[in-house]
Amino acid sequence: MEKEILRKELKVSAIENGTVIDHIPSDRVFQVIKILNLTEYQNQLLIATNLDSLKMGKKGIIKVSNKFFKSDEINKIALFAPTATLIVIQNFEVIEKKKVEVPDTAENIVKCFNPNCITNNEEISTKFTVIDKNDLKLRCHYCEKITARKNIAFR
Amino acid sequence: MMKNKSLVSINDFTREEHIRILELAGAFEKRPKQRILEDYVVATLFFEPSTRTRLSFESAATRLGARVIGFSDSSSSSVTKGETLRDTILTVSNYCDIIVMRHPKEGSARFASEVAGVPVINAGDGANQHPTQTLLDLYSIRKTQGSLDNLNVAFVGDLKYGRTVHSLVQALCNYNTTFHLISPLELKLPSSVKSSIKERNLEYTQSTDLQNIISSVDILYMTRIQKERFSDPLDYEKVKNAYVLRNNMLAGAKSNLKILHPLPRVNEITTDVDDNPMAYYFTQALNGVFVRQALLASILGVVE
Repeated sequence: MEKEILRKELKVSAIENGTVIDHIPSDRVFQVIKILNLTEYQNQLLIATNLDSLKMGKKGIIKVSNKFFKSDEINKIALFAPTATLIVIQNFEVIEKKKVEVPDTAENIVKCFNPNCITNNEEISTKFTVIDKNDLKLRCHYCEKITARKNIAFR
Repeated sequence: MMKNKSLVSINDFTREEHIRILELAGAFEKRPKQRILEDYVVATLFFEPSTRTRLSFESAATRLGARVIGFSDSSSSSVTKGETLRDTILTVSNYCDIIVMRHPKEGSARFASEVAGVPVINAGDGANQHPTQTLLDLYSIRKTQGSLDNLNVAFVGDLKYGRTVHSLVQALCNYNTTFHLISPLELKLPSSVKSSIKERNLEYTQSTDLQNIISSVDILYMTRIQKERFSDPLDYEKVKNAYVLRNNMLAGAKSNLKILHPLPRVNEITTDVDDNPMAYYFTQALNGVFVRQALLASILGVVE
């Protein structure tokens, strides 16, 4: 069923080569665009949100032509949209389809929410341990404070 | 076992290592002057002033024969010229065998321990960790009670912001402690710390009343309530005298009760308590020297 909906959408606005980010929570679509720096993207970019989804009720989808995400970018997506699925398209065919996975650690992706943390005061890569993958919580390797989903900002 | 190991967070050392440090500290208490670190240089880098902690470390190092170099606040270091922490640590690493560091930013000690070519002892990183204070608290409790196990420990005052309280609560969770948490409602122990008590299924009571708890505890750990923690000055006025310990309040106390305080004290313990044999806070500060001797000697690998 889910597959059919996807196929329908692909027919409507298929991309020849690139990546489809599916099953994004509706309210995070624009944040995902921002963290992936897609606002400056020069190739075809298709954005849809508040689509009906059997799994999620409402969902968003982003189709990015000629773009294949690297693992640090996939980790960013996972931290913000843990329900997302990545679909790699070549010549209009689905080559690969995988759910993103929230990583165990996040290195130099997220900013520590504690303003008094040394990482916000010197040029130091941030490092976090993901202590709760569902209700996203990250413990800073340096100041040991916990950054929760609502406080997450990216570097 | 602890040779070359940095001490940044109290959890960097295992329970066994904590006990080993306390045993070594006991040996230094018996013989505080041993020139076993004559060939060593200890750097004390205090990016913010903390006279008590710095003097305690410098006394510990000097009594063991080590040379001490360093600075007592960042205005007398290159920080004022804009040098990064990384550069300061890399440079000072060349001059010494171990770094003792106090810094206003949280996480600075962990970062320094990763950059430095020598071990780092954290002497306080912002509101985060101050592990040598926790070890000297453990030493004081063990020494006065004979053991760390199965004690009734009351924490009184500001349980919300005091890193000393947070670290000691977490450390005591290893010893089947029963906790009594006495504070104004505004300054209750944060849930992140309370969860360590709950995870171990340890008993605890929580109240706003100090007098009632005194007769049932072995350790009374007093802290200072800071006016600036209250958004409404009236709230401060209401509680400020509720947590003042006076000598006449100690009438029904157990004979083994000891009163601890990380110091500096302002008015939360009246001076008439000082002559009571239960008052232990100044000896507690002295114990800090023995604990720091034990840490310096074991991390430098001179004792095991």
